[in-house]
Amino acid sequence: MGYSIAEEKIFNSGHAACPGCSEALAIRYIVNTLGRDTIAVVPPSCIAIISGPQPYSSMRIPVYQTTLESSAASAAGIKRALKAKGNDHTKVVVIAGDGGTYDIGFQALSSAAERNEDFIYVCLDNEGYMNTGAQKSSSTPYLAYTTSTPSGKPTPKKNLAEIMAAHGIPYVATATTGYPDDLARKVARARELKGMRFILVLTPCLDGWGLADNAGPKTSRLAVESGIFPLYEVEDGVRYTLNYGSKGIPVGAYFSQQSRFKHLAQAQLDEIQTMVDVNWRRLQTKF
Amino acid sequence: MRKEHTRLLLNGNHAVAYGVRLAQAKVIPVYPITPQTPIVEKISEFQARGEMEVELMTAESEHSAMSACITASLTGVRVFTATASQGLMLMHEMLHYASGARTPIVMANVNRTIGSPWGFWPDQTDSLAQRDTGWIQYYCEHGQESLDTVLQAYRVAEQALLPAMVVHEAFYVSHALEAVEVPDQTIADRYLPPFDPPHRLDPEIGESWGNTVNQDMFHRHRHDLGQAMERVPGLAREADAEYKKLTGRGYGIIEQYRCDGAKLVLATMGSMAGTAREAADQLRSAGVAVGLLKVKLFRPFPTEDVRKALQGVPKVMVLDRNFAPGTGGFLHQELKAALYGMENAPSVHGYLAGVGGTNVSPANILELAQAALTEGPAANSVWKG
Repeated sequence: MGYSIAEEKIFNSGHAACPGCSEALAIRYIVNTLGRDTIAVVPPSCIAIISGPQPYSSMRIPVYQTTLESSAASAAGIKRALKAKGNDHTKVVVIAGDGGTYDIGFQALSSAAERNEDFIYVCLDNEGYMNTGAQKSSSTPYLAYTTSTPSGKPTPKKNLAEIMAAHGIPYVATATTGYPDDLARKVARARELKGMRFILVLTPCLDGWGLADNAGPKTSRLAVESGIFPLYEVEDGVRYTLNYGSKGIPVGAYFSQQSRFKHLAQAQLDEIQTMVDVNWRRLQTKF
Repeated sequence: MRKEHTRLLLNGNHAVAYGVRLAQAKVIPVYPITPQTPIVEKISEFQARGEMEVELMTAESEHSAMSACITASLTGVRVFTATASQGLMLMHEMLHYASGARTPIVMANVNRTIGSPWGFWPDQTDSLAQRDTGWIQYYCEHGQESLDTVLQAYRVAEQALLPAMVVHEAFYVSHALEAVEVPDQTIADRYLPPFDPPHRLDPEIGESWGNTVNQDMFHRHRHDLGQAMERVPGLAREADAEYKKLTGRGYGIIEQYRCDGAKLVLATMGSMAGTAREAADQLRSAGVAVGLLKVKLFRPFPTEDVRKALQGVPKVMVLDRNFAPGTGGFLHQELKAALYGMENAPSVHGYLAGVGGTNVSPANILELAQAALTEGPAANSVWKG
């Protein structure tokens, strides 16, 4: 897409993420793109661990750590207070996990979107409660192993990008750490807009997904190229733009990097391939 | 100076709204619930008429309303919200979070029964069940007191950096009309300085809040919180005295009424104090030496003041319009604890009266007083109607 990443060093080394962690990579591109005039809201998650225990901080911006379900409401409170003080320049960003977004934080998120609150909400989606030992969330894919779905999750992943787009908010985008320039460009785009902006970032979890330490970016790219996680933008709930879509790579190639799908039989793989193909065709009609 | 006010016919909830307007709260996240809603409706009216510059955030739940109160306060503005009953229950997690974050939020709670089963009736259990959340709690007898207490609560909360609840009961206070003196804005401004905290969420300062701490840091944090709470009775006494100088109205953190030489003191909170005052007058007229102790500041519990007030009193009769299964009336428990170890402490009779919002008339209280004067005290609270 011809975007070069202009980074301001806000996120620093020495943080507590696992070596090779996709979330650390995502946080770097998010906060370094947003810049110094930003306040971050972080609920309990690996992001909270990476942010750093008191009195340390991996980010050179104020970080407010809130409760698991209240990120969107907390961010709205900060932004309303800034407005009341006549501050129209400081950005507010939520960086939350999928459990805190798809599940327990969804009520506050949907309400903030309906009110078109003026902040950026980034969900780092690693498809489960990885910080508590890899339990299932409503983002966990169909048939994936987690410690709370040892036989595989019986229902598909919730389609949060489309749910957020259906709120008609100014900006919704999907992104992933295997495409860092695309991710940074989307954060920069969100930064220029007003109102509620939502970015869903797929962040493969080395431990939770059973990946090799260096497999994060490759797995991320395979998620896109197999059509499982297409990268696109939606403005005002209606104007869809495709950035990166399926290259026809079979889902098996994506799954082969991970241990959470290794129990699948060929018939199950075929079933998932059909679902992915249907979803990809359905999405393509919107561009 | 005492003429610097407007006299209006207001219900208790609207009186609270006038108090909030005078305090010039800047962010008000809210969620509707009966019987709180008239407070927020009136504030919305003030905003629509251009009489109040405020960010009203219509949250999807009380939990989110309180979450937004905390961050708005941490960003450095004066914040208000109001709730009742189930709403307060839903906020419970964030009540602890608010005091932990040392945010001087002021919230009005209109006491209402907690389900199940459903009810809409005056009962103080909702707020009293939050007594351990680190919030200052004031109980008010009438709308005038509620308005005045909102301003006092902001002053004390911002000095102690603790959140404060201003509480009055459903309908008896929330919807009862009475003449209320609304102080002029100049008086409120003289009383309540602008809120400008040195620690706040601000990129220019770079301070964060909420990160994980170690055991020692948590220990010190709780100790600090406790010390702040210990300062509150003194701050609240001073806030009340200053308020009285400016408006002519003061309440004390407790009120002693006709307690001189009393052989029985009625102890209660909120609207029942008015009824008990009437009962005390009737008993005094009949030659029975009965007084009233109204506990206005319930958290922190004004132990010293209560001990002093009950020095030499042989009997106390506590009227609790609230109930904790297994322990009884909240004021009864707290009063017994406050008097424990005191030399010649009065015997304490705990009566559950008006639980669930049943009416307690002066005549009922006269009967209860006669019972207390003749019976020995029971260890636990006794159901009396």
